[in-house]
Amino acid sequence: MPLDKEHLEYPYRSYGMDHAHYDWSMLSQRPAITWPNGSKLAVWVNVCLQFFPLNQQGKPFAVPGGMTMPYPDLRHFTLRDYGNRVGIYRFLKAFDRYGINPTFAFNTQLAERAPYLLQRILERGDEILCHGWNMDSLHYGGMERDAEAELIERSLSRLRELSGREVSGWISPARNESEHTPELLAANSVRYFCDWVNDDMPYPFRTANGDLVAMPLSTELEDRFVLMNNLHSEQSWLEQVCDACDFLLQEAQQQGGRILALNIHPWMLGQPHRIGKLEQALEYISGRDGVWSASASDILAAWQQQTR
Amino acid sequence: MKSDPGFYGYWPYENRPRIQWPGGARIAFWVAPNIEFYELDPPANPHRKAWPQPHPALPGYSIRDYGNRVGHMRQMEVLDRYGVRGSISLSTALCDHHPEIIELCAQRDWEFFSHGIYNTRYTYGMSPEQERDMIRDSMDSIHRHTGQHCAGYLAPALSHSELTLDLFAEVGTELAGDEAGFYTCDLFHDDQPTPIQLRSSKSFVSIPYSLEMNDTIAYVVNKIEPRRYGQMLKDNFDRLYQEGADSGTVMCIPTHNYQVSCPHRLRAFEEALEYITGHSDVWVTTGREIARHFIDNHYEQSVADISSRAGGC
Repeated sequence: MPLDKEHLEYPYRSYGMDHAHYDWSMLSQRPAITWPNGSKLAVWVNVCLQFFPLNQQGKPFAVPGGMTMPYPDLRHFTLRDYGNRVGIYRFLKAFDRYGINPTFAFNTQLAERAPYLLQRILERGDEILCHGWNMDSLHYGGMERDAEAELIERSLSRLRELSGREVSGWISPARNESEHTPELLAANSVRYFCDWVNDDMPYPFRTANGDLVAMPLSTELEDRFVLMNNLHSEQSWLEQVCDACDFLLQEAQQQGGRILALNIHPWMLGQPHRIGKLEQALEYISGRDGVWSASASDILAAWQQQTR
Repeated sequence: MKSDPGFYGYWPYENRPRIQWPGGARIAFWVAPNIEFYELDPPANPHRKAWPQPHPALPGYSIRDYGNRVGHMRQMEVLDRYGVRGSISLSTALCDHHPEIIELCAQRDWEFFSHGIYNTRYTYGMSPEQERDMIRDSMDSIHRHTGQHCAGYLAPALSHSELTLDLFAEVGTELAGDEAGFYTCDLFHDDQPTPIQLRSSKSFVSIPYSLEMNDTIAYVVNKIEPRRYGQMLKDNFDRLYQEGADSGTVMCIPTHNYQVSCPHRLRAFEEALEYITGHSDVWVTTGREIARHFIDNHYEQSVADISSRAGGC
């Protein structure tokens, strides 16, 4: 029996994308961007601060880094908790040592559970953005719209309340979304989100409630992906970061400002045997000419100033 | 279902008739960038899921879109630098979606061959008529948008039927006689071209398109570190270059603009290209040119040699 005829029909086969979320645009053909003080490469170090519930439901899937053993999976619960107790403080020292201006993505429930950590970050004056409720509260296709609306509103309003900050950025847990996520974010005064990995620069993303900006946060270079998914060595992660830094600096000489986005997790790179590689990466990056270490919002503001 | 696809007889990699490449080169080297379009919400094929997550599966979709938005230009600039014309394995709907990319490649006289219409439409479950229609549509698209007669095929997402190669060769003949539909990249059994037996008896050849050197297989399936991938490419080349002194070999690097063109991976790829093209006896060419040269100069003797080995030593 042949396939239904829809399999040989191509309703979106025309110029541009096969959806209306954003316009088709090649990075190399866009006007050059200049970063403050003539910098070539904006470095966005994004730290995910996460809470993985012990009673994980895994709906519709178990997140990478989540529980894998029968309940109670104490090994993974505590190993993730390690990052928020120990690893993060190694990160903070490293950032200060190399003059890095980091951005922190909080699961709101972690901000609630660890007020000391939240206060510590707030006192530093670093940007925080919302990383959803927790690592087991996923946004996914087929999710009931009202349930997601409540989840997004709760995640954002509670983090804003706890922090006293505006909180204008968003990363979905596991970088996964439903078809409604972007418009619900826009309805809750989010200005930018970081789930789509289709660019190396910001771009406007349409929603029914106004535009968001999609900020480029590479998955391919993040510590969890390289070390835990690909099982590469710590030394290889360092080499990959340095190679990316070199390449983007070089491309920026010809095409205008670029962004090196490092998404990192204290439960991963905060381990004693890995922290040195993060330090070496930061030392390498901060030692290059033309590098601007900035928060996600500062990068976004500089980009928006030139593209409005 | 068959226990063997029946495309070729056993042909040992020793004492074969010598393949001579143009200019006395030892090795024919080609790069096959896959330029693909994956749909965000394709109709669900009953035999294979396009995406692991429910719609919208943005992790997989968006990194592939990165390839076209960001990666393509980077890879093209590197290939330009080393004098390599790409042989594009093309999701032909890309002619409609992203004509800018097609134009950039056409300006460089790159080859376009068919990789189906979308890489989210699988051959599985198609009737022969449906598969023939899909193949014809893809080859027509290439001709309409580039003026090229499509010579080669790599089935979309490597999804095949028993008749895929027959249908491709036959549609090629209908469209442009022997100028279209004469080689395939779908088979991985050899490091030299192989005559393929089809029901039409058309002269048709399998061109080595290494799965092992394919960046997606290396990075996604085998999870290889970028610099090790670069070293593998050099090692692969070294051995084929050495053996090519006796009889011409083929090396292919199949790439994807969302893998090899990421900022942390380009350096390894570029170093390998610099190394390979820095050797003197390398024919830097395209899939079509390799297939054409083999059919014109070595096809008949190869067919005869294969049949002479059928009975043993």
